Amino acid sequence: MAKKTAPASQAAVPYTPVKEDFVLLPQRDIRTDTNFASQSYWKGVLIHFFKNRRAVFGLIIVTAIILLAVFGPMLSQFNYRDIVQYRNDANRRVVAKGIAPQIPWLHQLLTGEAPEGNFADYTFLFGTDDLGRDLWTRTWYGARVSLLIAFVTIFIDMIIGMSYGLISGFFGGMTDNIMQRFVEVANSVPRLVIVSVLAIFMPKGMGLVIVALLLTEWIGMSKIARAEMLKIKEQEYVLASRTLGAKSGHIIFREILPNTIGPIITQVMFSIPTAIFTEAFLSFVGVGIVLPQCSVGTLIEDGFNNITTLPYQILPPILVLALLMLGFNFIGDGLREALAPKLEDM
Amino acid sequence: MLKYVLKRIGMAVLTLLIITFLLFLLVRIMPGNPFPSERMSAEQIANKRAEMGLDDAIPVQFFRYLGGILRGDFGKGTSLYYGAPISTVLSTAISNSFRIGGLAILLGSAVGLLLGIVAALNRGKFWDGFCTVFSILGVCVPSYVFLIFLQYTFAFRIPYFPYFFDPNRFLFSAVIPSVSLSLFTMSTIARFTRNEMVEVFDSDYVRLAEAKGMYGSSLVRKHVLRNALIPIVTVLAPLVVDLLTGALVVEKIYGINGIGKLMVDAITGEGIDYNYVLALGILYSALYIGIMLIVDLLYGVLDPRIRVAAREEG
Repeated sequence: MAKKTAPASQAAVPYTPVKEDFVLLPQRDIRTDTNFASQSYWKGVLIHFFKNRRAVFGLIIVTAIILLAVFGPMLSQFNYRDIVQYRNDANRRVVAKGIAPQIPWLHQLLTGEAPEGNFADYTFLFGTDDLGRDLWTRTWYGARVSLLIAFVTIFIDMIIGMSYGLISGFFGGMTDNIMQRFVEVANSVPRLVIVSVLAIFMPKGMGLVIVALLLTEWIGMSKIARAEMLKIKEQEYVLASRTLGAKSGHIIFREILPNTIGPIITQVMFSIPTAIFTEAFLSFVGVGIVLPQCSVGTLIEDGFNNITTLPYQILPPILVLALLMLGFNFIGDGLREALAPKLEDM
Repeated sequence: MLKYVLKRIGMAVLTLLIITFLLFLLVRIMPGNPFPSERMSAEQIANKRAEMGLDDAIPVQFFRYLGGILRGDFGKGTSLYYGAPISTVLSTAISNSFRIGGLAILLGSAVGLLLGIVAALNRGKFWDGFCTVFSILGVCVPSYVFLIFLQYTFAFRIPYFPYFFDPNRFLFSAVIPSVSLSLFTMSTIARFTRNEMVEVFDSDYVRLAEAKGMYGSSLVRKHVLRNALIPIVTVLAPLVVDLLTGALVVEKIYGINGIGKLMVDAITGEGIDYNYVLALGILYSALYIGIMLIVDLLYGVLDPRIRVAAREEG
């Protein structure tokens, strides 16, 4: 109010700025606002992800286990399938059966005495199993097999489910209806029923595990991909692309797919533990990985069979399994939060 | 509402029929011969096939089988160990699995709810942290590992509970399997209850209720719990299916004659034949679809918004 009724004298002589009124700012002050700087979407996601302590913890665990699964067996002097043994002076075979975890130098350090026994100077970090195989090597070898199965199958599932969901959501109408009825029926078949029918058709082994996972895990992916598609396909840029004459395939896979990748990766992170769990279950039951290969599941089974005599044998595979579950779940949670941050988290 | 319910039920029955037909087809076109052909002449085999109705067209066989199921007759196992009528074997197995699974659900959801509520009411304090750690542990470790651990500790090292399941001392020997089965349910429910309740506590309508002067247990019961429970029902459903359909490995390890053990035998092919695979497949699918249906309908009862949406949809 006060400003409107300014003195008439000022209004009569309007002020004209002169050159001296304008000063160049020092160079260092001319830059974009850092508090609200624009950053690329993925950079924002990464920053958000790494601020989450749990997610980083999960990432560290998973990375550590993957590194150990890749390099662990190489670090060991033993092979995952060979029995540790030597011939003694009397040319008798001495087998390292059921040796509890031992580290000779630590033993020496703690007790001050040199360890005694047949395999006293061998380092068995996790001990040996009932046949005399080194458990350290076997555990990491088994983790390698389990992880490999999980990664490969979930990757293929991702491609199948993603394409299915995107196509179903994009075309809509009759196509969507038919495709969704099929998903509904497929989703109503319990995983175990699929496995039991498969077990009649296929020989047991890695193939059975992979096919079982391929048949079941794509459904979740396709649902998420379809939901994302329904959200995105109404946006202007899709219309623009269509106006410019783009074909459906181009719009689905080149224009829309990159924008759905976030939620799909999150789903992948939750699917990998499921895959590892399923593999462990099938191997434990005895239709999964077959000898002489081993996986986390067969190692738990071995440990269970010897639990009354060699109780330490079951611990390493269980720990690896639990830590993998933990790690992937934490990463998945972290990704989900980072991809769709709520306002209060900002 | 009635129209919606009928539509859902119709869909469920149709889906189950389709699955049954597919399973039937798969098992019938399976390679191999049901008879040990070296010992039988061609004529004997032909007679046997005619007697079992294997020469009829597949649709005829299917409807005959379907009729049998409706009368509660799943046919007969042909193998040595499971030669009895399948329905007899299944009913015993179902009763064992349901009792143990039911105990696990009760224990899991009761303790889980309690833990979740306590954690949500003491946000950021000891019980909240305990709930978090507990739920992480329960989700990351499979139930059979808990079973192995409990069996080793409380049945082998401290031989208080029986090492294997004993039907004559049901409650006593059901402790170890039910507890190990309930842990997954417990941790999932606890985590969900906590998160949902925290979310509801922060919502505007709870703030309004507080502003009106509501507090304490009546606020928690009338406003927070009721709204927090709705999502929990959806989480509980698949868990119930898992538990009722038998905890596969747990039953196998602990020697419980349940459907889970039958299923493991079917998967590993231990003395179980195609008829069992078929019957189990149908049973599992029926349970799964049935419970999903119940949850859908229950959701409508708990959440008026869905009721309204269903009415508008027709």
